[in-house]
Amino acid sequence: MSMTVLAAAGGAISTPSVAYHALMPIFIVLGAALLGVIVEAVVPRADRFNAQLLVTIAGLVGALVAVALLRNTRLTTPTPVGTDKPFAGSLAIDGVGLFLQGTILILALMATLLVSERSVDIGSPIVASAAVVVGSPTDRTLARSSRVQTEVFPLLLFAVSGMLIFPVANNLLLMFVALEVLSLPLYLMAGLARRRRLLSQEASLKYFLLGAFASAFFLYGLALLYGYANTVDLPGIFEAQRTSTKSDLLLYVGLALLLVGLLFKASVAPFHSWTPDVYHGSATPVAAFMASCTKVAAFGALLRVLYVGFAGNAWNWRPIIWAVAIASMAVGAILGVTQTDVKRVLAYSSIAHAGFILVGLVAVTKDAAASVLFYVLTYGFSTLAAFGLVMLVRDADGEATHLSQWSGLARKSPMLAAVMTVLLLSMTGIPLTSGFTSKFFVFRAAWHTAGPLVVIALLASAVAAFYYLRIVVLMFFADPPENGPTVAIPGWSASVALTFGVVVTVVLGVFPQPIIDLAGKAANLLG
Amino acid sequence: MHSLTLVILVLIPLVGSVGVFLLKEHQARLAKLVSLAVALVVLVYTLVLTFRFDTGPGADRFQYQGSWTWIKSFGVHLAVGVDGIAIVLVLMAVLLVPAVMLSSWNSLDSRAGAEEVVTADTRRRSVKNLYGLMLLLEFFMVGAFTATDVFLFYVFFEAMLVPMYFIIGSFGGPRRQYAAMKFFLYSLVGGLLMLAAVIGLYITTGSRTFAIADLIGKVPDNATQKWLFLGFFIAFAIKAPLVPFHTWLPDAGAEAPAGGAALLVGVLDKVGTFGFLRYCLPLFPNASTYFAPAVLILSVIGILYAAFLVIGQRDMKRLVAYTSVAHFGFIGLGIFAFTTQGGSGAVLYMVNHGLSTGALFIVVGLLIARGKSRNVDDYGGAAKVTPVLAGLFLLTGLSALALPGMSTFVSEFLVLVGTFTRHKGLAVLATTGTVLAAIYVLYLYQRAFQGKVSEKVTKFRDVNVREVAAVAPLLALIIFLGVYPKPLLDVINPAVKATLSDVHKSDPAPKLGPVAGGHK
Repeated sequence: MSMTVLAAAGGAISTPSVAYHALMPIFIVLGAALLGVIVEAVVPRADRFNAQLLVTIAGLVGALVAVALLRNTRLTTPTPVGTDKPFAGSLAIDGVGLFLQGTILILALMATLLVSERSVDIGSPIVASAAVVVGSPTDRTLARSSRVQTEVFPLLLFAVSGMLIFPVANNLLLMFVALEVLSLPLYLMAGLARRRRLLSQEASLKYFLLGAFASAFFLYGLALLYGYANTVDLPGIFEAQRTSTKSDLLLYVGLALLLVGLLFKASVAPFHSWTPDVYHGSATPVAAFMASCTKVAAFGALLRVLYVGFAGNAWNWRPIIWAVAIASMAVGAILGVTQTDVKRVLAYSSIAHAGFILVGLVAVTKDAAASVLFYVLTYGFSTLAAFGLVMLVRDADGEATHLSQWSGLARKSPMLAAVMTVLLLSMTGIPLTSGFTSKFFVFRAAWHTAGPLVVIALLASAVAAFYYLRIVVLMFFADPPENGPTVAIPGWSASVALTFGVVVTVVLGVFPQPIIDLAGKAANLLG
Repeated sequence: MHSLTLVILVLIPLVGSVGVFLLKEHQARLAKLVSLAVALVVLVYTLVLTFRFDTGPGADRFQYQGSWTWIKSFGVHLAVGVDGIAIVLVLMAVLLVPAVMLSSWNSLDSRAGAEEVVTADTRRRSVKNLYGLMLLLEFFMVGAFTATDVFLFYVFFEAMLVPMYFIIGSFGGPRRQYAAMKFFLYSLVGGLLMLAAVIGLYITTGSRTFAIADLIGKVPDNATQKWLFLGFFIAFAIKAPLVPFHTWLPDAGAEAPAGGAALLVGVLDKVGTFGFLRYCLPLFPNASTYFAPAVLILSVIGILYAAFLVIGQRDMKRLVAYTSVAHFGFIGLGIFAFTTQGGSGAVLYMVNHGLSTGALFIVVGLLIARGKSRNVDDYGGAAKVTPVLAGLFLLTGLSALALPGMSTFVSEFLVLVGTFTRHKGLAVLATTGTVLAAIYVLYLYQRAFQGKVSEKVTKFRDVNVREVAAVAPLLALIIFLGVYPKPLLDVINPAVKATLSDVHKSDPAPKLGPVAGGHK
């Protein structure tokens, strides 16, 4: 982009005009995050938790209001000086971007409510002090105190700000920055679980190392694409594919490396291996945040890269997406069957669902983009609520996530079992739940271009159904174990988040039309 | 096109089910009474609709139609309507539901009615959940029969699995977890293949809606039609179930509580055979013709293979489940013979089989509740202790073997005649199935009720009024329709003719020829 500006300005430096109002959601979240850092420094520890919670919720709600006000905005910013190219800005604030931003903000708000759930565990699901050596006397004392590492809130806000930029970045360099901004806080957050500290730290380290690799791949791909197209703007890269005289090798290798970075974030097989360990080790609300918000942002970015930057070359990248979609559905469905831990089951479910979303992505039509938007939204709500329920099943050691501990849960809490069943049926894709509507939407969009892929996807959902149903079987039809876990009563914050997640899951199964309309209107990437 | 008549019919059980679920656990008796009342209201309502159904010449094929937009972007409508086939199947379904409710009245009672020895585990079972699930199931069943939009039908077809899954899993026998899972996964695989075909149907016809009327005759005649046909067919064949897709049924039928099994085999499985008539034939006429020989052969294999399996069974519920596999062979035969007698016979067979097998499961359940064992060898000579139960058992058994005078005979005869006019060899082979049926039914009766009175049986009490009230109406109807099937056939025949004309319309293949003259 800077190249264009300099060239156009002919030596004299003139600044491009930035539509600051269109960036308000991002600014509000970043501002709230910075405020959170200040709160951390000045507010006494006793009041810090509530102050942080207030700042976070205010920031997210404010950003959501801004997104709502911007809903009809369609522009790219900054507007480059002296160019008539309409899509040359580095940020594209358009329907897809705003839809995804809104989704991310609502999901982040629900995740915040889960993070701030204090009545289930002493203090909160978040560790008292992350830097203390595990097992040391201090650590043991702190584990019983109600102190909380409240930095989790500003970290969450920073991650959200990165996620807000990720799907609207129209420029690969900016996309890379957003990737880092969203990833670094997540690496830290993964290590903040209150219980099972070593697992949590392992998750954090694993996520960081693998994530760093993935970022490097992305950067390498970016460099090659720059070599090919002489620009890092997605529309510029699109143009270059028609005009460039450089070797196509640069283009394809560059795109492949770029995709590695994006598919890693979206936890698509074969770049998924971090997912089960990280979801398992992280505090459950953090895992919920990662499974829902990160996925939405990553698919948003994937959508933009492929549809804006490489739509003209769909014939060349489609086989790759086919392959990873099949791999992801197979890995998610088949390996999920062998899991014995609820959080790992949900992790494999997220890998399988990533495959289903990719099925929609291959079509490259407006309808396909709309179906992907709808799918990530419904999936985000269901999976977030499912993780939220996992928080409530507890024994003396914290959350009881082993499947055998879930036996006979319906006897202890019919409500929890019923709600979990609705969510699992939705993930299975049973009609009258949002999961069915979104699967239908995606498969319908993909049928023309990828009929066989749709059939594979349907078979994969049948396999995946086995492990969703196994949880239902355990909860309802099995006898509870001796000294089994108890079901905690959630406080107001988790209750609000869970109720909302379940209500959305059912409503979008029965009356999906308004949101389908919204997604359809938003999906204008291809005009 | 905006008649609310059927919508009300579909919604009554749903509202009732929600109401029952909202009751407290200790209000078990109230839950049962409310459920039964709702089921009876539905029955009366359906009876009125059936009597007002216009069967005269020139009458509409689909009646009581209503259509409202549901999901505009997908072109999905909440479209309902019934033809002669659908209305009689709805009637059969809503008749069976109150009968099952009556027979299951004490099935969760710790003292008497339970099918197994009562344990701490079974004592915790929730009465209101069982009855709530039955009403929910009724909602989905009636919905599936009345839907005239392929998408809507699919929704009911799949959602129906959930209440049945819980009925088997929560209230079933010792291997209920396995059976429930197997039932769900088999049906789900079929359902997902059908979903692929539904989407394919929508795309290849270029239709903007899922209404059946808009889709008939639009499917291009090529390889695609065959693939789409298979998508629907396999889903229905698993549901029905036709050999070789039947292996889930014996497990599900054996482990489900007797009432649940009656609904599963009596009604749920009919959705599969109903699907052949409503969706496979009209939508894919050429593919149906193409695959018909294979289906006919599978049907005959099913009739004979299942009959031999039945003879070897000792588990009474498994036995009844296997008899159904044989009976579904007859239904498949009747449908894919493409003759009016065959088609009408098949529809009548569906109704009769629902009544007869439903009654048989109920009666077997009553016996099992007394002996707490599904093994027929644990009984013997029960007729001397419980003569009325033995009589009911014998009558339902005779209806299962299609004794003349029973309605099942009429339908079996029609199917065989309809098949014979086209496929003589197959009809002859299938007829041997009726002989085998006589063997297994009488052999079962003999082992359970005749011979030396086993010690266990001596303490049995005979059936009470409630139990008779559950079975007697079904038997009365079976005998009435056996003597005078005309009212039902009058409703069914025009619908079957219309369905067959859908198949012939786009493919007047000479080998199908004109429909052979009716027997009337």
